[in-house]
Amino acid sequence: MKAIYKREFASYFNSMIGWLFIAVLTVFIGIYFMAYNLFGGKPYFSSALSNTLFIFMVLIPILTMRSMAEERHAKTDQLLLTSPASIPAVILGKYFALLSVFAIPVLISCLCPLIIKLNGTAFLKADYATILAFFLLGAVEIAVGLLISTLTESQIIAAVGTFCILLVLYLWDGLVGYLPTTATGSMVGLFVVLALVCFLLNTLSDNWKVTGVTAMVGTAVITGFYLRDSSKFESLLPNALGKFSLLNAFDSFASDHVFDLSGMLLYLSLIALLLFLTGQVLQKRRWN
Amino acid sequence: MIEVKNLVKRYGNHNAVDHLSFTVEDGQIFGFLGPNGAGKSTTMNIMTGYLAATEGDVVIEGHDILDEPEAAKQCIGYLPELPPLYPDMTVLEYLRFVAELKRLPKADRENQIGQAVALTHLEEMSNRLIRNLSKGYRQRVGLAQAILGFPKIIILDEPTVGLDPKQVVEIRDLIRHLAQDHTVLISSHILSEIRAVCDHVLIIRKGRFVACDAPEHLEEELSSNDRVELLVRGSRETVEKVLLSAEGVVNHTFIESTDDTVRLEVSTDGDRRDSLFYAFADARCPLLEIRPKMASLEDVFLDLTDEDDAVAAQAAALLGCGSAPEDAPAADAGQPGAPDEDSAPADAGDAASAAPEKEEENDESNL
Repeated sequence: MKAIYKREFASYFNSMIGWLFIAVLTVFIGIYFMAYNLFGGKPYFSSALSNTLFIFMVLIPILTMRSMAEERHAKTDQLLLTSPASIPAVILGKYFALLSVFAIPVLISCLCPLIIKLNGTAFLKADYATILAFFLLGAVEIAVGLLISTLTESQIIAAVGTFCILLVLYLWDGLVGYLPTTATGSMVGLFVVLALVCFLLNTLSDNWKVTGVTAMVGTAVITGFYLRDSSKFESLLPNALGKFSLLNAFDSFASDHVFDLSGMLLYLSLIALLLFLTGQVLQKRRWN
Repeated sequence: MIEVKNLVKRYGNHNAVDHLSFTVEDGQIFGFLGPNGAGKSTTMNIMTGYLAATEGDVVIEGHDILDEPEAAKQCIGYLPELPPLYPDMTVLEYLRFVAELKRLPKADRENQIGQAVALTHLEEMSNRLIRNLSKGYRQRVGLAQAILGFPKIIILDEPTVGLDPKQVVEIRDLIRHLAQDHTVLISSHILSEIRAVCDHVLIIRKGRFVACDAPEHLEEELSSNDRVELLVRGSRETVEKVLLSAEGVVNHTFIESTDDTVRLEVSTDGDRRDSLFYAFADARCPLLEIRPKMASLEDVFLDLTDEDDAVAAQAAALLGCGSAPEDAPAADAGQPGAPDEDSAPADAGDAASAAPEKEEENDESNL
């Protein structure tokens, strides 16, 4: 893992991508820091950070697009996968290298609350907690990018695919607002979710028995609960999906200045899930 | 030692590798021979753990590649068809990366890298970016990567492709050198290559086992004794008269004749060299030369891997006794049509394209 990490980290600086990513993210953080804190007079650095988030949508796909896609394109994955390194080691090596590149502008931004402190009141705890949330949110998005990059051989498709998914994640709260809040609507929605899960399960495992059992159990559970007490189904789907909102968790750090432990757990578990899926995709490719 | 048992790799309805079994003993230089698309690279990719087999096992030095991948991969150095190089690194950086990836002990790394660089003659290139290297040098870097750390088993997929003749000779010498204390497996569709270095050849065709033996044995077994070439002192008429009286002569064709000698080819039913000798001796007609028509490895290969299933089955049947060519030829010869029914019409269609392909093979093998 260490070898892959070192090579990968160096490769971002051998090419333009690493430098570009760091420069652009630093410049954007700097611009918002200047506008909100230095000239706007706001004491919280977190308000500058939350305005910087949208730039992730563009920068993170560019950072992650080549990580796996290029290996596959140049067939260098043959070296990695036939070496004694295990698949988790390959993925973690790559993921940590990406995180390290991302950590550099985040570390630079750690200076900003101190600059605020030099000029007046600063809320260091709230700001550093927000920087941590900022880093973790970026880490989730990098994991998304890594997964998409593993799915394809083309860097362009990887970048565009990651961009689309990140866009949906940003619009998540708005989109969830459009979901029906009636009990029947939620039930239909749950069936759609179940169908999606079954589809995903089937493509990943190629085992229709598992898929069939999941579909049957899911249908029975949903129908059973609905028949017993349909009033519980009101707003169930929007509420449940709303829990997965990435920005909500970040906002409780940035706007409400509370340490949102459940949001932190959401980020960490999403990272674990995405890395696990990346591993599965790599494994599965060997069988096709 | 590598054991491959009943390996199958299925892509949709098509079997890229079809029930392939073989064993590579320690210290062998094992050649993997087959036309393009016969399944050589797929088999190698499965053996090195890059692909997973649909069925069957690969056991490397007692470690199953699926159950104990790390232990098995530790014993292998692999050069894939396309050398897996990172163009943004220098040769030395790349080899250091591979050394770390292969978990060579830190103290020994520089020494090992030095040896690999020396063996592949890369000293002068060691600080160049891989991006700026020519194809031949890239191939050598790939080779250096495979032999780095000197794993017990070295698997090279078409190692001399794209090299100039001098480099080809160097690589062959290197392979022979490595074989002193390693097991080397090389694949090629070029015969001269395999013949020059290998002491064991596995021929596969359409993913199936065809033959596995020493190259000389293969030639011997396929060369039939029922065709001999004769050089006789005498005139055509006398020779024809003698042939009429000799036992078992089926056919004969004159190749050339001079004032007092005749060169001809004689077909007989079985080995009739004795009776031919006595017949000519009785007629006081000296036999200057009697030579069984030997099949070259090239003929063997072309016949065994012929696009036409019938030709291939016939060739394989000749080998019958020697290396027990398992299910593949048996299926081809015994019940024509049954397993290959679906592929037969396709073969007919390919017949036209098969010819130029063969010529290509010939050209390359003459290198």
